[in-house]
Amino acid sequence: MGGGLVEWLKAALLEVQEYVGMLSLTARGIVSRPFYYRDVVQQFDAIGVGSLTVVLLTGLFTGMVLALQSGTTLDAFGARSMVGRLVSASIVKELGPVLTGLMVAGRVGSGIAAELGSMMVTDQIAALRALGTDPIRKLVVPRVLAGLVMVPVLTVIASAVGIVGGWIVTVFVLRVASSVYWNSVVEGLYIQDVWMGLIKPFFLGFAIVSIGCHVGLRTTGGTQGVGRATTNAVVASSVAVIAVDYFVTQLLIVLIY
Amino acid sequence: MAVVHPAPRSALLEEALGFGGPIIVFDHVQLAFDDKIILRDVSFTLKTGHTKIFLGASGAGKSTILRLILGLLKPDGGQIFVNGERVDDMSEDNLMAVRGDLGMVFQEGALFDSLSVRENVGYKLDEELNWVRSDADARVQEVLGFVGLGEFIDRRPSELSGGQRRRVAIARAMAAKPRILLYDEPTTGLDPITAVTVDEEIIKLRDLEGVSSILVTHQLRDAFFVAEHTAVRQGQDIEFPKASPEKCQEAEFIMLRDGLIAFEGNAGELRNAAQTDAYIEAFLS
Repeated sequence: MGGGLVEWLKAALLEVQEYVGMLSLTARGIVSRPFYYRDVVQQFDAIGVGSLTVVLLTGLFTGMVLALQSGTTLDAFGARSMVGRLVSASIVKELGPVLTGLMVAGRVGSGIAAELGSMMVTDQIAALRALGTDPIRKLVVPRVLAGLVMVPVLTVIASAVGIVGGWIVTVFVLRVASSVYWNSVVEGLYIQDVWMGLIKPFFLGFAIVSIGCHVGLRTTGGTQGVGRATTNAVVASSVAVIAVDYFVTQLLIVLIY
Repeated sequence: MAVVHPAPRSALLEEALGFGGPIIVFDHVQLAFDDKIILRDVSFTLKTGHTKIFLGASGAGKSTILRLILGLLKPDGGQIFVNGERVDDMSEDNLMAVRGDLGMVFQEGALFDSLSVRENVGYKLDEELNWVRSDADARVQEVLGFVGLGEFIDRRPSELSGGQRRRVAIARAMAAKPRILLYDEPTTGLDPITAVTVDEEIIKLRDLEGVSSILVTHQLRDAFFVAEHTAVRQGQDIEFPKASPEKCQEAEFIMLRDGLIAFEGNAGELRNAAQTDAYIEAFLS
């Protein structure tokens, strides 16, 4: 029992050490040559443009259901006109970043782990190194850069679409005037909220993509290993999204509010 | 960390590593994964232009030797020299330059699924050596012609048969004109006819291009074919007659067993050893 715990701790520490090692090599890869521009552009497209549909749909329906739920609750206080405030504050500060993060974790985190994992078990990563290419620079750096840039962009889009979704329900279902909704949206938002909504996704994007890459590059055990890696990547990056969201929120509250 | 093609050798090193010189040296190399000892004490020398053929049961450490040469793995003890450079304690950045003179054909080919045959074969020329596109295209055509797959240039690896994939892998490994080629089970899983075509590519590279090679296999028929045949140009054609006894000396077999070299010698000596050594006899039968 005790031995098992020690083994588990050793394995966990090794994992953290490997992860930090990969991150430091990635940082070095970002600031020094060779730099694979074409792969960076490809990953911006795959991670950013490729995730647009799922993020748009998630944002839209989240805004709609939020307006619907809060409308019924606010009715109890005769405050239906305040729906905009609730929708904008919750979406911009919290739901936009977190739901975009979770969607990207599901779509991109798993994809990266599966792709790099398959390359690992079929010796393609070893072949890259044998051909003189550093897999961190070729595979990890472009993905991390794409995650850092595209997740914030996707979050802004999701939040904007969410607020529009809230407007649709507020106007057509709750029968509140459009101008009342938009005034309420603006009143509910402070500049700090906008900063929070913009800063958090950088951390979330970084966490999702770096975890996907780390898990993918540590894959062993053939196709079964690739399946395991994919599941682990989704689970770990989804949990990381929620946990990182909490800690960054806490930090930002101290720093900017 | 710009990838450097191997620097031109000095005249002295060029002479030392010329034909018959020690292009790869293993000196008392040891390696274990956790508690499992893979290589207990392995020493050998590959001479320039020669072939070493590694035989042994699965898990005997044959493929590990190739990974050690490339620096993909580090030994626990001993020294490894490639092209006159000590690689066992070399940093990953410096290894990139050493790898510039090494080509590796992985088991199953390890071709990049997302790239076409042209992009796979020209990978190093395009991505690492920054060749001009027209030069890279010409070289890709040339090496694909060499392995007889010129018309498959636009295919994806998934559209090729097992034998074609191995030949594309050979083309990829030779594209940047390395002086050393490493083959990891290049014929395993292939039918005998296709296997011979792969063997012939190995012989052609050795005898016509002067490449030094290490072949890891447990396909005895292919091992003996490579060791005992030679490639000769006859006009436009290339023929593969039996090699002369002197030429046969240039291909040596190494049999690994329990992390040690159980046998080292040429094809004839291996057959003779089978008369007296039960393990070798069992392996060869």
